[in-house]
Amino acid sequence: MIGRLNRQGWPNLLFALPFLLVYGWLLVYPLLAGMGLSLNRANLFGGARFIGFENYIRLFRDATFLQALGNSLLFVVMCVPVLVVLALGLALALNRATRFAAFMRSAVFASSVLSVTVMTIIWRQILAIDGGLLSHGAHAIGLPALPFLSDPNLALPSLAAVTVWWSLGLPMMLFLSALQQVPRSVFEAAALDRATPWTVFRQITLPAITPALVLVTAYECALQFQVFGQPQLLTQGGPNGASRPLVLYIYETGFNQWDIGYAAAASQMLFALILVAAFVPQLAQRLWRRA
Amino acid sequence: MTAVALPGVRGRQLWAWVRIAFCAVMLALVLAPLLWTVFLSFRTNIDLLRQAPLDLHGPYTLDNYAELLRNQTLFRWFFNSLVVSTATVAGVLTLSSLAGYAFGRLEFPGRNWLYLIVLAGLAIPDQSVILTRHQIFSDLHWHNTYRALILPGLSAPLGVFLMTEAFRAIPRAQDDAARLDRANSLATFWHVLLPQTVPALASLGIYTFLLSWNDYWWPLISATRPAMYTLTEGMAAAQSNYVEVLGKGVLMAEAVVAGLPVLIVYILFQKHIVSAVTGMVKL
Repeated sequence: MIGRLNRQGWPNLLFALPFLLVYGWLLVYPLLAGMGLSLNRANLFGGARFIGFENYIRLFRDATFLQALGNSLLFVVMCVPVLVVLALGLALALNRATRFAAFMRSAVFASSVLSVTVMTIIWRQILAIDGGLLSHGAHAIGLPALPFLSDPNLALPSLAAVTVWWSLGLPMMLFLSALQQVPRSVFEAAALDRATPWTVFRQITLPAITPALVLVTAYECALQFQVFGQPQLLTQGGPNGASRPLVLYIYETGFNQWDIGYAAAASQMLFALILVAAFVPQLAQRLWRRA
Repeated sequence: MTAVALPGVRGRQLWAWVRIAFCAVMLALVLAPLLWTVFLSFRTNIDLLRQAPLDLHGPYTLDNYAELLRNQTLFRWFFNSLVVSTATVAGVLTLSSLAGYAFGRLEFPGRNWLYLIVLAGLAIPDQSVILTRHQIFSDLHWHNTYRALILPGLSAPLGVFLMTEAFRAIPRAQDDAARLDRANSLATFWHVLLPQTVPALASLGIYTFLLSWNDYWWPLISATRPAMYTLTEGMAAAQSNYVEVLGKGVLMAEAVVAGLPVLIVYILFQKHIVSAVTGMVKL
């Protein structure tokens, strides 16, 4: 018996078992149990009562949830294209072996190693209407200071700008590593042909890094749907919910109002949205190629 | 390749200028917020409250930093972060290298299915499991403990993925040789293969350290007593009530002191961090 188990390789499973147990306990089970919880009316203190899809129906009639959903989509639309374009521009400019390029790469990535809480302390002193760096700058050239964090039309774009500053390093590094895989000889041949930088970019660089472009877009979409710390700390989702994204909504519903079944339903929506965000760019690329 | 209309030299020169201008603007945008923070941390609280027009001539002061040294909670948070991050790194490296060895190198029934299930976990955001994860730790009465802060970090599948790739990259001939020497699979793992994954372990370890150190979401939910805050969570508490307690200058000094350790880790281990994050996304 033991001999047969050995021959089939069962003991080898033991190496993976410690991780699989933690993984099952703290990631797979919470995911599945969360799906179950979303079908219940439950709060932290009382028991749970099965109510089917009622929480989901309620979500789509809940103006606060819909606003948060819209804010999340808007935030991604504001952040991701800017991130991708700036990161690609930086990668193209810094894909060289000079000391300045190395310094610049390090400097751009440095901001992304700061925690979100340190980052928001820094940016509050940039954006604050009283004594912020930007308001000092505005006064210096005779302009009025703008209430970046308390104006309903400026709050979400300000958070997006802050987020671009904070997360530019990773997409830049990903583009750089894609660029380094393009063989040098291709560029040298182009130089011999006296191709302009624009032609080189359109004809050689862009096709070579299309997979990276799709990947980075998908990854950043999925990542920016998870935005939480920036709005929670800089605007508290305000004014009037104008900058409250989905994750902040889930947090407030679950941990301030303790409506956990309902919050679980909202977090399933988030999960679905992130899955879609991660796959849409790949899908778009495939359709594009076929067209 | 298409023929080019523009004479190459002038076009290239123009692009060189565009590149330099772009780099200069980006560098200013990247550094200005950091320098502004450092600048404010040396201003007196009175100056900061007056909102006097910007004056680079000072006066400057070290009072804000001196105030920090008197602040015991900051040290406590720093210590908590150190405990949590170090334990998370140790745990992730142990679990990931064992599992990576099993998935990358050994045969067992259901291996491919299990690996697929593990990889699928990369798509699960922490935010979408938070309610039930919170309940698990509530039921155990484990909130406000180190183990509650550490354990969820060990369930992330990224490390298993990176280590499986690392083990797969080692030539097969090496474990065949070990098998001829009648080494068992544990001995092969420990003496032959694991030493060769040290670069991958280093990348994963440093990346995990930063991730754990910077995590805000889970500590915010699990550690509700200020004595159990991590530094990252503490910085959130500090900024929501700084005006009443210590003043803006002290908060700025706190940001500098909290940001400096990760920046130093980053400068020392930049290569590892970059290789971990680029390896992570290239799934």
